[in-house]
Amino acid sequence: MATPTNIIEELVNREYRYGFVTLVEEEVFPPGLNEDIIRRISARKNEPGWLLEWRLRAYRYWAKLVEEGAEPRWANVTYPPIDYQAIRYYAAPKRRPKSLDEVDPEIRRTYERLGIPLEEQERLAGVAVDAVFDSVSVATTFRQKLAELGIIFCSFSEAVQEHPELVRKWLGSVVPYTDNFFAALNSAVFSDGSFVYVPKGVRCPMELSTYFRINASQTGQFERTLIIADEGAYVSYLEGCTAPMRDENQLHAAVVELIALDNATIKYSTVQNWYPGDREGRGGIYNFVTKRGKCLGRNSKISWTQVEVGSAITWKYPSCILIGDNSVGEFYSVAVTNHHQQADTGTKMIHIGKNTRSTIISKGISAGHGQNTYRGMVKIMKGATRARNYSQCDSLLLGDKCGAHTFPYIEVHEPTAQLEHEATTSKISEEQLFYCRQRGLSAEDAVSMIVNGFCKEVLRELPMEFAVEAQKLLGISLEGSIG
Amino acid sequence: MSRRSLLEIRNLRVRVNGQEILKGITLAVYPGEVHSIMGPNGSGKSTLAQVLAGREVYEIVEGEVLYDGEDLLLMPPEERARRGIFLAFQYPVEIPGVSNLHFLKAAVNTIRKQRGLPELDAMEFLALAREKAKLVELDENLLQRAVNDGFSGGEKKRNEIFQMTVLEPRLAILDETDSGLDIDALRVVAQGINALRHPDRAIVLITHYQRLLNYVAPDVVHVLYDGRIVKSGGKELALELEEKGYGWIAEEIIGSPRS
Repeated sequence: MATPTNIIEELVNREYRYGFVTLVEEEVFPPGLNEDIIRRISARKNEPGWLLEWRLRAYRYWAKLVEEGAEPRWANVTYPPIDYQAIRYYAAPKRRPKSLDEVDPEIRRTYERLGIPLEEQERLAGVAVDAVFDSVSVATTFRQKLAELGIIFCSFSEAVQEHPELVRKWLGSVVPYTDNFFAALNSAVFSDGSFVYVPKGVRCPMELSTYFRINASQTGQFERTLIIADEGAYVSYLEGCTAPMRDENQLHAAVVELIALDNATIKYSTVQNWYPGDREGRGGIYNFVTKRGKCLGRNSKISWTQVEVGSAITWKYPSCILIGDNSVGEFYSVAVTNHHQQADTGTKMIHIGKNTRSTIISKGISAGHGQNTYRGMVKIMKGATRARNYSQCDSLLLGDKCGAHTFPYIEVHEPTAQLEHEATTSKISEEQLFYCRQRGLSAEDAVSMIVNGFCKEVLRELPMEFAVEAQKLLGISLEGSIG
Repeated sequence: MSRRSLLEIRNLRVRVNGQEILKGITLAVYPGEVHSIMGPNGSGKSTLAQVLAGREVYEIVEGEVLYDGEDLLLMPPEERARRGIFLAFQYPVEIPGVSNLHFLKAAVNTIRKQRGLPELDAMEFLALAREKAKLVELDENLLQRAVNDGFSGGEKKRNEIFQMTVLEPRLAILDETDSGLDIDALRVVAQGINALRHPDRAIVLITHYQRLLNYVAPDVVHVLYDGRIVKSGGKELALELEEKGYGWIAEEIIGSPRS
C-alpha cells in the first residue's frame, strides 16, 4: 500500500547528480599535517612572511588543542574520529591559467556540467563567478567590469598579493584562529577562497558568487572568504558547492568573515549541495564551517540565507555580531537531512549596539534516518538598549525514523530588550498528499510543493537565479524520502 | 442504442480497520446525469467517495469499479484525477505556504498534459482563474492565499467548487459540499454545479440533506443505508426523505437495490 512514508522513501532515493570526477592532472601534497606542509602551502602561494607566521601560530594553537583532546564533541552529531594525518591539505590542477581563456578545457567542462559556464557572455546576466577547484581558484569572471567601480573580487591568493594591506587588516578580525578547533585548522592550512571589497558608497551592480568544487580524493577543502563592505556599500554574494560521490568522508572546514561598516549591507546566500553520502550513510562530506559577520558600523546590516541539502554532516552557525547602533542581523535557513545525514545548524545573534535588531527563521526538514538540529543563541549584552529579536524555528518530519531537535539559547542582560521565540513541528500528512494527488499531482510533485511551501519564507530571501535552483534541489534531495 | 456508463460500480465491498463499511454497492452513472446519494451519518457515503477517488487506507474486499470502461481500482489517485475524476472534499485540506493559484495551476497543467492539450502560461491561467472565481463568487484575495490555510468553512467549500469549475472534470463527486453552508453560499455552490452540467459529464452529489437538491435537480436519488443502496428513485424520493427522515427506511428495507 502506498503510504506517505514509502512514497517519500521512493522520492528521496534518487541519485546525486553531481557525483562525477574530473580527470585532470593535479599537484597534490602527501597526506599529513605538520609545519613543513604549512610552509609548503605558503611558499606555493608566494605569501609574505606575516601570513606564514599567522598560519604557524594557528597551527601551533590547533596542535595544542589536538594534544589536549579538545576537538569539540558538543554538537548533536556522531562520526568516527577524524584522522587528520590521513588528509591531504593541498590539491591543485597543474595547469594554472593566466586568463579566463586559458582555463583547462576539462575544468571548463566540469563547471558547464554543474551549470556554471565560465564564459562571461554566457553567464546569467548579472552574476560574476569565482570558481574554486579543490584548493585553488581557477577562474574569476567580470573582474574588469567590477574594477571600474573600484570593487575588488578575486581569489583570496590574489588578494594577498595585490591587496595585502586589506587582507592583513581584516583577516581573523571576525573569526580569530583561536575561535574554535576547525577555525584554527582552517587558519593554518587554508589554500584559497574568495575576497571581496566594495568601496564607500558603491552598490555592487551584480551578484558575486563562488562555486566550490571538491574533486581530488582524500583531500580536504579549507577555503577562506573575506568580504568587506565599506561605508554605504551594498553587496549580494552567493556560494554553491558540490563534490564527487566517494565512499570516503571528506572534510570541508571553511571560514567566512564578513565586515559591514556604517550603513553598509551584505547579503550572503548559500546553496550547499556537497555529496551527502549514500543511502546507507557511506561517504559524504563533513561540512564543519565557521561563518560570522560583524556589523561594525551604525545602521549596517548582514543577512545570511542558507539552503543546506548536502553533506553527510553539516555543522555551522552563520552568526552576526551587532556592534553598530541600529545594526540588523538576519538568518534564514532551510536544512534538509535525508538518509543518514546529520545537521546541527543555526546561528548566533550577539547584540551589543543600541536598537540592534535580529531575525531568525529556521526551517528544518528531516526524512529517512536524517537527524536535524537547530541550535541558536540570542545574546543581548548590557547597554544594547531596546534590542529586539524574533526567532521562528519550524521542523517538518517526513516519516517516522528521522528526528528534529531544537536547542535555543537565550541570554539577556538588558531589561529594555524584546525577544520572541516561536517553534513548531509538523509532518506531511497522508491527507495533504492525497488531496494533492486527487488534483492530479504526482506524489513527488506533491511532496516537493508542500516542502517548498514550508520553506517559502526562506526561499524568497534568495536571489532569483538561486531561488529556482534551490526549489528544484529541495525536490530532488527529498526524492525517495519519507522513511 | 445503449449508452456506455461513465461509472459502473458492481457489488463493491470495502473494509477499513477490519470493519466492513460498504457491503455490496451496485450503481451505474451515465454521462449527462446527476445522481444524489443520501443517507444518515455512518451509512458509508464518504467512504464511497474516498474509494472512488483512490484513498489508499481502504481495503477492497470484493467487487469492481469501471470508469469509462476501464478498471478504476487499478489506477493511483493522480491517474484518476488526470482522467477527469474530481472529488470535492468534505474537509478540504490546508497546505501552508503554497498559494491557491500556484497549486491549481500545477493541477490544471498536469491534467491538460494528460489530455494532450498545451499547458497554460501564467497569464492564460490567471484569466481562467479570475473568470471562474467570479462565477462562484470567490473573493479574489483567496486566490493568492495559501491553499485553504485559515479559510473559513464556507470559503473552503467554495474553494472546492472553484477548483472543480477550473478543472472541468468528467465525473465530479461532491462529498457533503453543502453541509455547513449558509443559504447564499449554498446558492453559489449550486451555481457552480449547474454550470458544470453537460451531456458528457456526470455529477454525484453526496449529501445528508435535501436542501441542495432544491437548486440542483438530480436525475436519480439513492438512499445509502448501512453500506447498501436500499432505495433508488427520482427527485421525489429526496423530498420524501426530508419529510419522513431516515427512520422509515430501516423498517422498509426489502428487496435489492436497482442495478
